[in-house]
Amino acid sequence: MSGARRDKQAGLLLDESLIFEHSAPGRRGVDLPAAAGAPEDLLPPDLVRPPIEGFPEVSEPEVLRHFLRLSQWNLGAATTFYPLGSCTMKYNPLANEVAARLPGFADLHPLAPDESAQGVLQLCWELQEMLAEICGMDAVSLQPAAGAHGELTGMKMVRAYHRDRGGARKVVLIPASAHGTNPASAALAGYSVQTVEANQVGLVEAATVRRAMTDQVAALMITNPNTLGLFEREIAQIAAAVHERGALVYFDGANLNALLGVAKPGRIGADVLQFNLHKTFSTPHGGGGPGAGPIGVRAPLAPYLPGPRLARDGDVLRWSAMPERSIGRVRAFHANVGMLVRAYAYILALGGDGLTLATRMAVLAANYLRVRLAGTYQLAQDAICMHECVFTDKTLEPHGVKTLDVAKRLLDHGFYAPTIYFPLVVSGALMIEPTETESREILDAFVAAMEAIAAEAVASPAALHAAPTLTPVGRLDEARAARRPVLRWWPPTDAPPGGAEDR
Amino acid sequence: MRFIPHSPTDVAEMLAAVGVASLDDLFRDIPDALRATGAIALPPGLSEQEVRRRLAELAARNDGATHLSFLGAGAYPHFSPAVVDNLLQRAEFYSAYTPYQPEVSQGTLQAIFEFQTLVAMLFGLEVANASMYDGASATAEAALMALRLAPKRPRIVLARSLHPHYRATVRTYLEGAGDSELLEAPFGADGRIDRDWLARHVDPRTSAVIVGYPNVFGVVEDLRGLHAIAAAQGALLVTATAESLALALLQSPGDCGAEIAVGEGQSFGIPLSYGGPGVGLFATRSKHVRSMPGRLVGEAHDDAGRRGYVLTLATREQHIRRERATSNICTNHGLVALAATVYLCLHGKHGLRQLAHLNLTRAHRAARALTAGGRWRMAFDGPFFNELALRGAGAQAALDAARADGVLAGVPLGEWYPELDDAFLVAVTEVHDDAALLRLARALGA
Repeated sequence: MSGARRDKQAGLLLDESLIFEHSAPGRRGVDLPAAAGAPEDLLPPDLVRPPIEGFPEVSEPEVLRHFLRLSQWNLGAATTFYPLGSCTMKYNPLANEVAARLPGFADLHPLAPDESAQGVLQLCWELQEMLAEICGMDAVSLQPAAGAHGELTGMKMVRAYHRDRGGARKVVLIPASAHGTNPASAALAGYSVQTVEANQVGLVEAATVRRAMTDQVAALMITNPNTLGLFEREIAQIAAAVHERGALVYFDGANLNALLGVAKPGRIGADVLQFNLHKTFSTPHGGGGPGAGPIGVRAPLAPYLPGPRLARDGDVLRWSAMPERSIGRVRAFHANVGMLVRAYAYILALGGDGLTLATRMAVLAANYLRVRLAGTYQLAQDAICMHECVFTDKTLEPHGVKTLDVAKRLLDHGFYAPTIYFPLVVSGALMIEPTETESREILDAFVAAMEAIAAEAVASPAALHAAPTLTPVGRLDEARAARRPVLRWWPPTDAPPGGAEDR
Repeated sequence: MRFIPHSPTDVAEMLAAVGVASLDDLFRDIPDALRATGAIALPPGLSEQEVRRRLAELAARNDGATHLSFLGAGAYPHFSPAVVDNLLQRAEFYSAYTPYQPEVSQGTLQAIFEFQTLVAMLFGLEVANASMYDGASATAEAALMALRLAPKRPRIVLARSLHPHYRATVRTYLEGAGDSELLEAPFGADGRIDRDWLARHVDPRTSAVIVGYPNVFGVVEDLRGLHAIAAAQGALLVTATAESLALALLQSPGDCGAEIAVGEGQSFGIPLSYGGPGVGLFATRSKHVRSMPGRLVGEAHDDAGRRGYVLTLATREQHIRRERATSNICTNHGLVALAATVYLCLHGKHGLRQLAHLNLTRAHRAARALTAGGRWRMAFDGPFFNELALRGAGAQAALDAARADGVLAGVPLGEWYPELDDAFLVAVTEVHDDAALLRLARALGA
C-alpha cells in the first residue's frame, strides 16, 4: 500500500504516509547526552525490555515535515468559518498562548510549596471569583478537566448532598434534547435516567417536570439555552418544581456563550453548573481538547466540592486539607491550569462589558443566519433564537438530498460543517452556531454557499452525493471501518493474522 | 473589542434583516424576572499589552518555576525539543474541534491514529484509546472497565503504593457506581506490594488488582509475580504508570500479563503547567475494545480506495448510547496527545530508550551521592527508575532549608504516608546534570 504513496512525498502534493512508514533503521530525531554502561548494570536484567519494536526511526526534519503536512489537512477556527453548533468554536486569541507559555506558569511543578506558587494561586483565586460572578453562583472549583468531567463531578456532588440528607434518590430527569454527555454522566454517578419531553415549540414545560417529579428524583439536568438554541422560558418554574420535592437543578453550561451578561444561572434556579472554558472562554479546542470544566455551585452544595480547596491564610493562598464532606478528587493535581491561564487572560481582555457584548453579537449573528436562510432551508423552530439555530433537511428530501450531503458540500466551499443530526429530537438536523467573531462578510458568504447547495440539490443532486471532492480524501466508509476496526499500525513482523484487529 | 468585527453599520443592518429594532429585542423571550440586572461586575477590558503585563506579574510570583527542582511524584521535568511546541502552535491543530468531518480533519485523525499505535507499543498491548484526561482519571476508568468486564466480581484491590491521587480518584469514581468494594494492599520493606497479603486477599470476587509501575516511591513492582497471584483467582492485572518514560526501559505491562495498562503522558513533551493539562494513556487487549472508554480513531477508505482515518466504534459512546455508554468522555485531550506523538516520534525506537537510560543513570548517581554521607538512606531497597525515596531525621527542615537555598529538593511523603514522615521523594531526569546533582547534595547536607 505504501509503495505508490511514497513517490508523492516531494513538492506540494497532499499525500502523507504514516510516520511509521517513513522509518528507516539508524535515523534519529534527537541528540542526547551520553550515558555510560548498560541498563542491566542498574536494574535486574529480567526487568529490562529491548528497544520497542515498531517505534519509528526518523530524523528531525522528517518529523517536522510530517506533522506540518498533517496540520495542513485540518480546518480550524483560525483557518475558516467553523459554525459547529453546541460546541462554540470561536477565535482563540494568540495572546492567550503567549500567557500560558510564560515560564512562571509552564515550568511550575504542581507540588511546589504554596509559598513558591503564589502567582498562579492568585490567578486561580481570581478566576474562581470571576466565574462565580459571571454565573451568579456562590462557589467554584476549577478541578475538572473537561465539560463532561465537570458534569460527572456535579452529579457526584448531587449524590453526596442527598446522602447527607438521608435520601438515596435514584433518578435523574433529562430532557430528550440534552447533550449526550448528560445521561452518560448521570449514569456514571450511579443514577438511572428518565427522559423529559419538550412541547411542540421545543421547550420544556414546568407542568411536565412537575408530573415527573417524585421523591426518587435526585436532580433535573437541563441545558439552557437548549440544543434547539431556545431559551427555556419556564426555567424558574421548572426549578421551583424540582426544588419543591427536595431535588436539585443541574444546569449544563455548554451553551453559556449565549448568557453572558444576559442571565445568571445561579439566579434563575441552577444549583450546580459546569463551565466549558474551551467553548465560552476561548481556550484551544485542540482537535477535541484539552478542555477545562470548572463547576459552580450554590452555597448548600459548596461543602461537597472536590478538594483540596484554595483558602486564604493571611496574605498567603494555600491548598487546604480535603474538606470533610468533599466528594474527593476527580483527577491528579489541581486542574488543567494551562487552560485556566488562557481563560483568565481572555476574561481580562474582554472585561464585564466585553463578555456581555460577545453574547449580544453572537446572538445577533445566529439570528441573522436564521433569517437569511429561512427562505432556503426549513427551520426546526421559527422563533427568535439564542446563539444557535437549527434547520432540517425536509425541503431537500424530494430531491433525495440529506443533511449529510449539505455538510459534505460545505467542505468544498471551504467551510467546516455545522453540527449534523443533533439534537436527536430534530430529524435531519443542521445546527449552526456562528459566534460573535465572524464578520458579516463571512456570514454572507456562508449564506451564499448554503443557497448554492440548495440550488444544486434541485439541479444536480448527484454532485451533492459525491461531495466532498476538494478535500484530501473523499467520503470515508465509516460503517466498514467500524465493522472491521483497524485501530493502529502494526510492524510488518508483528501484524496480526489477516490484519484484523479482533483476533 | 478587538475580537468582534461588527461595525455599528453592520449591527444596524443585521438588526434590520432580523426584523427587530434593537439588540435588547433579541432577548425578549427571556422573561424580565430572569434577565440579569446590571452589568457583570468585572473591571473593563484591557489591551493586549495590559493583559500581558498582568500575567507576567503573576508568573513572576511563582518562584517555584525558577528554582532548581527535583519534584516528581506524578509530574516530571523533562526537556522538550523545540519541534514539539512549534507544531502545537499550528493553529490548524489547536483551533480545530473533535474531528466530526473526517475529510477536513485528517491531520488530527492521522495524528491520533499514530498516537494510539505508539501508546499500544509502549504498553505492549494491542489497542489504545484517544484518550483520557490524565493518569489518575484513566486509572479510575480502568477500574470501571474491569468491573464492566466482570459484573460478578465487585472487589478492586488497589496497591497502597499506587500514587495517592490516583487512589483518591478511583475512590471518587467508584463511590455510588454499583456495589464495588475497594481494598488497599500494603507495601513491604522493599517498597513493593506485600505479596503474601495479596495472595490472601485476591479471591474469586476480585475483578482487578491495580498497581503503580513504577509505583509512587519510584520502585518497580514485580509484575509477573503479581500477575501470577491475580490470574490464579481470575482477576485482571491493571497497571498505572505516572512516569511513562520508564516504559521505554522496563518490561511492558502487556508482556507481563496486564490486561489494561494506563498512564500519564506528561513526560512526553508536555509542560508541567502546575499539574495540567496532561494526557491519560489507556491500552488494553483487542478482545476488550468494545468495553473500552474514550474515543478511538480507525482506518477507513474512500470510494477511490484512498486511505484515511475516522472516529470509530462510536456505538460505545455517549452521543449514541447515552446512559449506556462506556464513559461520558467526549474530549480526547487531542492537542496534548499530539505533543506526546511528536515527542515520541522524535525520540523514536533508540532515542527513547537512550533517554530512559540517561534518566536511570542520573537517578542512580544521585542516590549514591545523597546516601554517601550517612545523613540520608534509601527508604526502600527495591529497584528504581528515575525517582527515589530517601529517609533521615529532620527531613522537612532539610527540604525547607534547601528551598531557601533555591533548590526544591523533593516531595515530602508524610502527608500521604504518616509512617514515612521522615521521608521524601527525589525525581532525577535528563535535565539534571552533574552540577545540578552536586548542588542538590549540598543543599540537602548529604
